[in-house]
Amino acid sequence: MTDPALSAKPKNAEAGPGPLSTATPSGIEVPEVVSADIAGRPDPEGPGQYPFTRGIFTNGYRGRLWTFRQYSGFGSAEETNERYRFLLDRGQTGLSVALDLPTQCGYDPDDAMARAEVGKVGVSLSNLAEMEILFDGIDLGEISTSFTINGTAAIIYAMYLAAADKKGVARDKLTGTIQNDILKEYVARGTWIFPVRPSMRLIADSVLYSNDETPRFNPISIAGAHVRDAGVTAADEIAYTLANGLAYVDELVRRGGDVNRFARRLSFFFYVHMDLFEEVCKFRAARRIWAKLLKERYGVTDEKALMFRFGVVCGGSSLTAAQPYNNIVRVGIENIAAVFGGAQSIFTCAYDEAFQIPTETSAEIALRTQQIVAHESGIARTVDPLGGSYYVEWLTDRMEEEIMRTIGEIEDMGGAVQAIEEGRIQQMTAEAAHRRKQAQDRGETVVVGVNAFRNTGEDQDFGEVFRLDPALSHRVMEKLEAVKDRRDGKAVKRCLDRLEKAAAKDDENLLPYFVECCNAYATVGEMVATLKGQWGEFKEPIRL
Amino acid sequence: MSLKGKRILIAKPGLDGHDVGAKVIAMALRDAGAEIIYTGLRKAPEAIARVAVEEDMDAVGLSILTGSHKELASDTIRCLADLGADDMPVFVGGTIPAQDVQDLKQAGVRDVFTAAVTMDEVVAAIDRAIGNPESGQ
Repeated sequence: MTDPALSAKPKNAEAGPGPLSTATPSGIEVPEVVSADIAGRPDPEGPGQYPFTRGIFTNGYRGRLWTFRQYSGFGSAEETNERYRFLLDRGQTGLSVALDLPTQCGYDPDDAMARAEVGKVGVSLSNLAEMEILFDGIDLGEISTSFTINGTAAIIYAMYLAAADKKGVARDKLTGTIQNDILKEYVARGTWIFPVRPSMRLIADSVLYSNDETPRFNPISIAGAHVRDAGVTAADEIAYTLANGLAYVDELVRRGGDVNRFARRLSFFFYVHMDLFEEVCKFRAARRIWAKLLKERYGVTDEKALMFRFGVVCGGSSLTAAQPYNNIVRVGIENIAAVFGGAQSIFTCAYDEAFQIPTETSAEIALRTQQIVAHESGIARTVDPLGGSYYVEWLTDRMEEEIMRTIGEIEDMGGAVQAIEEGRIQQMTAEAAHRRKQAQDRGETVVVGVNAFRNTGEDQDFGEVFRLDPALSHRVMEKLEAVKDRRDGKAVKRCLDRLEKAAAKDDENLLPYFVECCNAYATVGEMVATLKGQWGEFKEPIRL
Repeated sequence: MSLKGKRILIAKPGLDGHDVGAKVIAMALRDAGAEIIYTGLRKAPEAIARVAVEEDMDAVGLSILTGSHKELASDTIRCLADLGADDMPVFVGGTIPAQDVQDLKQAGVRDVFTAAVTMDEVVAAIDRAIGNPESGQ
């Protein structure tokens, strides 16, 4: 018996794509059957044991679920504060601050370069007064906060500390993360400011300072997400990120850091796209590789320092503007992959996030998706439920090989720092993006609603549209002017002078100077301009 | 029609750091025979217009994914006009909501491309706008 509604050709829909692909997006050809004899053996070590392929905790999510951390921020600190209270009220368990581009690139709202961009892709946070408004009524000792900030990460971290100090929250109670991963900014995300070497110094300064002052805080989140979203494969996403991670470890060791100590606080951040098993296996492989690299190359003995902790974002460039409600399903699948992969924190994109700031409705559906996966699906019941699967163990081994091959290539280029200074990783990423776009255009990679199953004559339906208040940048600028009138101008000058002198010396940790500047209500733009005077700006190597 | 020998400036106005779209377009246009100059990130509209005029470009492509497309495209077109290049075709690519496309065209943008468009379609549209007539026809 056939239901006529099911057998009927959908109205106005295109014919479907060709046969299913037999290779993963990273190009690994998959046999029809992965039998026991080719599957390889699963790690004999259980979860919570080196090399942690099966997870970093012995009890998986039973001890603690992952953190539900929705990325959010727009407009002024007042509006973003209101959105945070909305999300916390609905059961979100961590905050994730999106900052606007002027703040990320080190320009104050009244700078000509900030024109048109104030509050657009995140909240404008030019000085301590704005940080105080942002967290008004939120207990910084209770909630963990993640800042997607890189070029100005050390400054924003200092501003967060200054805000916590003023609220009377002890520094050792602070939990959260600053992204603070400058190397991938040169490759994919583009919010670099200074040349590579002084930028590496800022990262080492903040990691070492944080280890002492805020021991529960993650002073870096080494991110593959952005190169992935830009176009590289899942295997290269991990490879580029681990290569950057090794560069940071080298820099910290050079600065006298104890790897058994600082490596405990290194964390990672990735995208989850649509190929479910490849995504799960990339995380299993990444945990194993990182633990081995630290143990074998750096002699790390501390168990916690060997643990690869990571957060993820589900969505990004896997989402489409065409037929946008399909994105809810995509994010659901990616969320499941993240849990099978053993993520410590998960951000699920809203279905409209591919083209705008999410509305309250779409943001709520995204959060509900995580709650459904966590509390209804049962997949978090036991640790690494896919461990021992012929296919999963086989693919984990293949991903490990692919990842190590690319790490080897980067090492042949002199390591991540040199390869990035020369623009080589940027070029490899652009070429990968070009290939991905070609594969989509030719229909080799199927994207439902985009190159298959399009509804003809269908208008793009964006649903409810979020619009920023056009008077916003004016308001932000007025507030900045008021702060500048109110503060002690001489004290600001004194702090900036001290920062300048410290920046001229290579061995001085700059964090105390940033905290001092923030307390005097010096602005992000003023601090960045001071450092540019010492270090200059990054000159982008352009290779196409 | 062909883009052989045509000079196209691909530019990133404002602070947006997402340059993959710009680079992919640049590679596709280069494959189609055009000469490409890519500005790199974070260029002011004034600087983009100056390069377009000084380098005698045939068209300018702006890549904008931050939602600031209306301001940045209008600024660039105004700066081009200030330099006497008000006839320079300007294209915009990026995350552009459908309802903004008409506004951009009214502001003088020749055509708008989003992620849903194939590279062949982009190349064909630019070819129609500035391409050489096929020789012998």
